[in-house]
Amino acid sequence: MHLSHLDRLEAEAIHIFREVAANFSNPVMLYSIGKDSSVMLHLALKAFYPAKPPFPFLHIDTTWKFKEMIAFRDQIAKDLSFDLLLHVNPDGIAENINPFRHGSNYHTHVMKTLGLRQALDKYRFDAAFGGARRDEEKSRAKERIFSFRTAKHTWDPKNQRPEMWRTYNTRVNNGETIRVFPLSNWTELDIWQYILKESIPIVPLYFAKERPVVERDGMLIMVDDDRMELEAGETVAKRLVRFRTLGCYPLTGAVESDADTMEKILAEMLTARTSERQGRMIDKDEAGSMEKKKREGYF
Amino acid sequence: MTRESASVSAGDVAAYLNAQERKSMLRFLTCGSVDDGKSTLIGRLLYDTKLIFEDQLEALESDSRKHGTAGENIDFALLVDGLEAEREQGITIDVAYRFFATEKRKFIVADTPGHEEYTRNMATGASTADLAVVLVDSRQGILRQTRRHSFIASLLGIRHIVLAVNKIDLIAYDQATFDDIVANYMVFAKDLGFDTIVPVPISARFGDNITTRSENMLWYKGPTLLEHLETVSIETYALSRPLRFPVQYVSRPNLNFRGFAGQVASGRIAVGEEVMVAKSQQVSRVKEIVTRGGKLTEAVEGQAVTIVLEDQVEVSRGNMLVSLLDRPSVADQLQAHVIWFDVNPLIPGRSYILRTETDSVNCSVTALKYEIDVNTFAQEAVKSLSMNGVGVCNISLQSPIAFDPYKQNRATGNFIIIDRYTNATLGAGMIDFALRRAENVHWQTLEVDKKARALLKHQKPAVLWFTGLSGSGKSTIANSLEKQLHASGKHTYMLDGDNIRHGLNRDLGFTPEDRVENIRRVAEVAKLMADAGLIVLVSLISPFRSERRLARDMMDDGELVEIFVDTPIEECEKRDPKGLYRKAKIGQIANFTGISSPYEPPENPEIHLPTIGHDPQELAGRIFDFLKRRGEN
Repeated sequence: MHLSHLDRLEAEAIHIFREVAANFSNPVMLYSIGKDSSVMLHLALKAFYPAKPPFPFLHIDTTWKFKEMIAFRDQIAKDLSFDLLLHVNPDGIAENINPFRHGSNYHTHVMKTLGLRQALDKYRFDAAFGGARRDEEKSRAKERIFSFRTAKHTWDPKNQRPEMWRTYNTRVNNGETIRVFPLSNWTELDIWQYILKESIPIVPLYFAKERPVVERDGMLIMVDDDRMELEAGETVAKRLVRFRTLGCYPLTGAVESDADTMEKILAEMLTARTSERQGRMIDKDEAGSMEKKKREGYF
Repeated sequence: MTRESASVSAGDVAAYLNAQERKSMLRFLTCGSVDDGKSTLIGRLLYDTKLIFEDQLEALESDSRKHGTAGENIDFALLVDGLEAEREQGITIDVAYRFFATEKRKFIVADTPGHEEYTRNMATGASTADLAVVLVDSRQGILRQTRRHSFIASLLGIRHIVLAVNKIDLIAYDQATFDDIVANYMVFAKDLGFDTIVPVPISARFGDNITTRSENMLWYKGPTLLEHLETVSIETYALSRPLRFPVQYVSRPNLNFRGFAGQVASGRIAVGEEVMVAKSQQVSRVKEIVTRGGKLTEAVEGQAVTIVLEDQVEVSRGNMLVSLLDRPSVADQLQAHVIWFDVNPLIPGRSYILRTETDSVNCSVTALKYEIDVNTFAQEAVKSLSMNGVGVCNISLQSPIAFDPYKQNRATGNFIIIDRYTNATLGAGMIDFALRRAENVHWQTLEVDKKARALLKHQKPAVLWFTGLSGSGKSTIANSLEKQLHASGKHTYMLDGDNIRHGLNRDLGFTPEDRVENIRRVAEVAKLMADAGLIVLVSLISPFRSERRLARDMMDDGELVEIFVDTPIEECEKRDPKGLYRKAKIGQIANFTGISSPYEPPENPEIHLPTIGHDPQELAGRIFDFLKRRGEN
């Protein structure tokens, strides 16, 4: 019997989930509603079957996610009856953070990075699963599967624990945490192939549909609610678009596409000439921006 | 922003997915010296296999202008050198993982650093790789780092090497230089145990022999780098190997279900078949193999499943379900090759945590037998193992673990060493074998101890270890010394190699293995006698440093006195008191030290006795004086 590369990736991820469950006292899975989170959730269910995953799921809500994402999240949580924790950074609410006005950098720092730190501290989680993949971005390529964070949530890229075989060092002292990335060795194409193979439910925004969009700074931004104010000369147009990656709607660019089925999305992937993170403003802010964010505690 | 509409049909997708299902995976690493072009090579592979997207290419072009070292050309290294610090310094600091795929395979590449201080990252990349691409700059040839990295690859069980002779464009595609480098590499790599070594002349910068055959080197008839990576056979003998199922997690969702979750490390496990619990040796039968996708009838190496057994046997994390016929070792003492990562050295006797894939125990190194010089591969005596060092140690565990020799099973033969206080990963180990030594037995604390016994005899116990060639005069000097000691009222005993071979060791021959065992037994006896308070004289050729060191490690500090009876082989042959050299020379005695088996002279003996021109009694007198001085200290 020959295991295909997807079988191997699946087994590796399941092994990682179980290592965390066996070694940490209070793990959590970061659930960000996107396709990678959907795959992670699916793998977590497989890892512990017939038991349920022995940890809760946490969504750091920035209050700027697409409405369809939130609806999908609540439906999945209900269908699977899993323990979903929500956290919104109250300081960000008080400050009335708005990505349109404050820019992607500040918004992400306050609502995601600081929000995550608050939640980890509040619940005293000692391990947190994230869906990051090494193929996403250059500094991610050097990330460990078990990535150590100090009690202050900082990441020291020059002083990472050597990670040998699949023998993970899961030990932390009080207050220290580990970020765990079961999808480290998956590529975007692997993710789509796996979603198709396993019929994993994903947010409908990934499929092409006529949506109201505005062209701004070379990106197609979907008008998801009335908090988006039009600038001079901008018009809202209905266009056939879909999203390759999902985040806060003001920061996530759509792509024109007629791929309204999984097969078509895959076909599109095979001829794609741009990387998925292109649709994300966060990586473009400055050179090495992701590494900087990760050092500060961004996932 | 516009995009072309998809030009691939749904039918193509189905065919494509079908092909994906059959696609295998190859994990390899690139290594070599600084500036040999590792990152450039990977960038080139990504580029040539069309894994670089337009936006990444744009960023690359702008980065090349800013940080690039390739002049007007695109600097492919910038694609993979991800951390800010490395981009500024133009070097690779940390291991980076990259992904690409062709029609035949998906590849996971570990790009590992060339600098010596980052050896730990090289080891990290090698631990999961099946193949290593060792880069050599054709202008520089084989360097210190080339040897070091090849050695580490071998140590970590990599069986396949591609020797990529890079920057061939800079030596005008010269075949003679290439052949020279290959010949040099083969000389030192021959002892590293690789299954295949495939040399390829390449230019990563210009793409020669990477994915397409180079027009510039018509003399080269072998495969391109990618052709070889796509076709090299890494299918292991896996399924014929014995079952190893390390238990990760015990799943108990309700009172009626008790399953053992894990990933099959080797072999296969099937419903209805008997398995053994490694540590308790209890036997049960597989009742079910559970997955969320449905129950399976069998699971093979690499699959992550949950096993339900017929009987209520005690199994917890760290234990293994194994084949009845071929079981792993279960022991609390083992010998291992250790590679050290931390700035604080490994110190024998210090307490660490040893972590296997699923087990974790307190441990300490009982003997650091030697360090291996990764450049000359020579064994050197050391008191501690410093960062980036590779050594062979005996390790004692607080409780037994189940394991296999690393050479037989990479998954069940590895461990990491963790600091008990900082939790840092300090080192990694590859298990050689289990040790079953007398120290394993937990000693009854005795009220009359060594010190009390020695006091009664008015002497300091010692093991005087005479080593030297056959006929060098060991026994003659030892005899003379024993007489002098006896005359001064000391309690002594002589263990003579020849005499012991008539009794205790009469089952042993003269192969290297038997010589080691011979020495181990004599050392154990000497240790007991020293414990009894005696001054023990051991007269043994004991040709190997490592076993003399083993003997030394067994004794208390300073208790063993190594005496090198140094007589040149020509003189021993001339003396030939037992006629042995004559026989050995005409082939009647195999494995004769100095003739057909090596003698490794001591490097730092306590006493060095060149014998020529000296009388045995005088030489014995020198040892006597040494002991006297030592006794007074």
